[in-house]
Amino acid sequence: MLTAIAAHFVLAAFLPLIARRWGRAAFVVGALAPAATLVFALSRASGALAERHPVETFAWAPNIGLEFTTRFDELALLMIVLVSGIGALVLCYYACYAKPGDRAVSRDSSLLVLFAGSMLGLVLADDVISLYIFWELTTVCSFLLVGGEGLTRKLRKSATQALLVTSLGGLAMLLGLLLLATAAGTTRISEIIANPPGGGVVTAAVLLILLGAFTKSAQVPFHPWLPGAMVAPTPVSAYLHAAAMVKAGVYLVARFAPGFSDLPAWWLPIVVLGLWTMVLGGFRALRQHDLKTLLAYGTISQLGFLMVLVGAGTWIAALADVTLVLAHGLFKSALFLTVGIIDKRTGTRDIRELSGLGARWPALTVFATLAVLSMAGFPPLLGFVGKEAAIEGLLHGEPKDLLLLAGVVLGSVFTVAYSLRFLVGAFGARPTVAPTEAPPSGTVMTTIVGIPAVAGLVLAFVPGLVEPLLAGYADAYSANPPDYHLGLWHGFKLPLLLSIAIIIAGYLLHRTALAPRLAGWVPGPLHAQRGYQASVDGLVALAQSVTGRLQAGSLPIYLGVILVTMVAVPGAGLLSGIETPVDLRAWDSLLQVPLAALVLVAAGTVVLARRRLTAVLLTGVVGYGIGALFIVDGGADLALAQFLVESLTLVVFVFVIRRFPPRFVDGRPYFPRARWVKAGLAAVAGTFVAVLAVLFSGSRQGMPEASRFYAENAESATGATNVVNAIIVDFRAFDTIGEIAVLAIAATGAASLILARARQRPSGGYVPEDAGSERTEVKQ
Amino acid sequence: MTVNITMAVVLAGLYTVGFYLLMQRSLMRVILGIVILGHGANLFLQVAGGPPGEPVFAGSALIEAMVDPLPQALALTAIVITFALTTFLLALAYRSWALLGHDEVQDDVEDRRIREAERRREGMDESDEPDTEPAEAVAGFEAPEASEEVPR
Repeated sequence: MLTAIAAHFVLAAFLPLIARRWGRAAFVVGALAPAATLVFALSRASGALAERHPVETFAWAPNIGLEFTTRFDELALLMIVLVSGIGALVLCYYACYAKPGDRAVSRDSSLLVLFAGSMLGLVLADDVISLYIFWELTTVCSFLLVGGEGLTRKLRKSATQALLVTSLGGLAMLLGLLLLATAAGTTRISEIIANPPGGGVVTAAVLLILLGAFTKSAQVPFHPWLPGAMVAPTPVSAYLHAAAMVKAGVYLVARFAPGFSDLPAWWLPIVVLGLWTMVLGGFRALRQHDLKTLLAYGTISQLGFLMVLVGAGTWIAALADVTLVLAHGLFKSALFLTVGIIDKRTGTRDIRELSGLGARWPALTVFATLAVLSMAGFPPLLGFVGKEAAIEGLLHGEPKDLLLLAGVVLGSVFTVAYSLRFLVGAFGARPTVAPTEAPPSGTVMTTIVGIPAVAGLVLAFVPGLVEPLLAGYADAYSANPPDYHLGLWHGFKLPLLLSIAIIIAGYLLHRTALAPRLAGWVPGPLHAQRGYQASVDGLVALAQSVTGRLQAGSLPIYLGVILVTMVAVPGAGLLSGIETPVDLRAWDSLLQVPLAALVLVAAGTVVLARRRLTAVLLTGVVGYGIGALFIVDGGADLALAQFLVESLTLVVFVFVIRRFPPRFVDGRPYFPRARWVKAGLAAVAGTFVAVLAVLFSGSRQGMPEASRFYAENAESATGATNVVNAIIVDFRAFDTIGEIAVLAIAATGAASLILARARQRPSGGYVPEDAGSERTEVKQ
Repeated sequence: MTVNITMAVVLAGLYTVGFYLLMQRSLMRVILGIVILGHGANLFLQVAGGPPGEPVFAGSALIEAMVDPLPQALALTAIVITFALTTFLLALAYRSWALLGHDEVQDDVEDRRIREAERRREGMDESDEPDTEPAEAVAGFEAPEASEEVPR
């Protein structure tokens, strides 16, 4: 399985080259990877169904315990069927869909295969870190595929929204996964679920993980990114935004649900938001005229349904959930691909402009009808089988499940209504509109649509083909599974009656067109898109106001902010854990007192000096005073270096200031009081440093080990009696090389700055208009 | 083995003067501030290494009586690097003088622009903005296109 994932990535890297050579055929080449994966996975299906699931591990950072582990179980196999099966179909379809010579071919083919590989890794990953990595890889692929070349504002806006919303959830999920892994003491998902930890941290972790799942699966209130993402090419929408990527959220919840289904913090948000999403998505789908947007809202609704089922947490509900995951992947991809054909052949996908396509394209109409009926839950299709199981599961659960059932029934009525709206809108004849002119729908593309559509029909008659797989997943919820089997006929019982009632109600809703009139009515504050806009605008405004205030462009303000932070943050920490040193002494040697006075007086006078030379000389006095203090401290070499360097500094200063006017140019004071503010801030910060010095040195106990080693071994190891010299030129010689490099760079820089005066390029750099006259003055 | 109070006061004084000079507008004063801060840092390193003692020459005294050699080695490096930095800064000040005719630290133009944009935005918020977004914006891409304006 590791090989399969790697093969996707390698192939994705080569596809641009293939596309340059053979154009659209690159998609067919790209389809090889998911197709081979599907065949391989199906040939190993017995392993996934076995008691012990095959595990593969690749340790990529063993030192810190990071490894990539795949675990091939029932849920993974089911998702591989969708991800790789639909992936291969969509790639083949895209080969016909793309225009010959389109520049997007190399980019999209590569990204789609990359996405297929990421999705494969996501559903196989058994450790939380790799799960997160693949999760974000799919987000990035989605961003790039939605945005395309980013040529229009619409593309950029939709792609950015998809990226922002899903990566927000992704980051929350990462935090949640890490909390969970820490609480459980392992990063392996299978072990976490086998022994779920408990406590407040786990509640927080679970909520964060759910945030990730909800954003990815477009649950209320994060759903608007999904209809927005419909600007992507239709095959991309069919794959990412119907069959695979948006299922990742449902997959994540399904993956963790067996461990946490009893936790209220887990199931409550899932069923509440899931129901809301299911009803809202169906409701809004009824108002769309654009076929693709209609399907997108339908997807939102169905994802809500899937969430509710997995949140219900019973064996039959789980069985229904995975059945519907499969059914939804099949019918929704078929429908999207149908819309792709309509869009490509007729140039529109607005149901107000389409008419009479049903008579023109009988084969496509049959396939689309199969898919639509599966979506609406008509017998004898897989969608019906799943919905029967769902109703059965919710009927015989706890009391809360009956509430859920009521919501699900309402959502299903909407589903039937928008399914009919889609079918009639796309293929029906309208008396008021002339029949749409269209070329034949194309054999290859129609066949590709037919494969998932017919699969939904066949599987409904032989559910035994997939039932071991689906029931194998549901077994995680209950040790004693009830005696229930998927099937078309369970006798004349309540679920069947409810199904019939749903279909009749949905048909009436469609006929009366009541909902389309109501569906525009949403209270302003509940507009999810406005919420998104407001949060993005708020973030931008916050960033701008923080930047505008803190980054005022004035150096004194920057330094002030830095100093305040320096005092406030470590200062507060220091106050909380302060330890008063005991051995406070006034001085160590009497000589220190007059030298200290000299240094302080000189430093204080620098501030007051009006003439540049005075200030420079006083700084020199400070330096020599420090040198004298070094002698008192017993640092002979240090004092020597200090005296030498101080003299050199003075010389350099004098060389430079002889070009400057003798007095400081005290320009207009910006704020008269600013001087005192600056002085006060500087005094606080300076005192803080001194306090730090006292406190930190208080924790020092005699000469440290390293210093003692240098002092003891200097003579024997280096032959030098001066230990400081031995350290600099021998023990720590590499540091000294670095120091010399700094000197060399500074010297080069200084020299080039000074010598550059001679040659002034006319167009180079920023030269203000009045600079010319000044420059000639300097030269004189 | 804390720093004694005299040295702590010197440190406080040097750092205060250094910080104060750094916050000045004159580039020359800023450089002097860096030099004085450098002095303060070197002294910090030295006095944090313990009270005065015998110079560290092997065999000249007992190791227990010697001062710690490591802070001295560090301070020595720091002194030299401060010198290099000072020289480079002086060259910059000189260049600034030669090109611009003054040695004053100017406000950053880009940053000032951001600040002014922020002021303008705050002024705008006070005036009532009409809520023009139609209900169809929920669909994500049916929203009216805003003009493609490059912020200036």
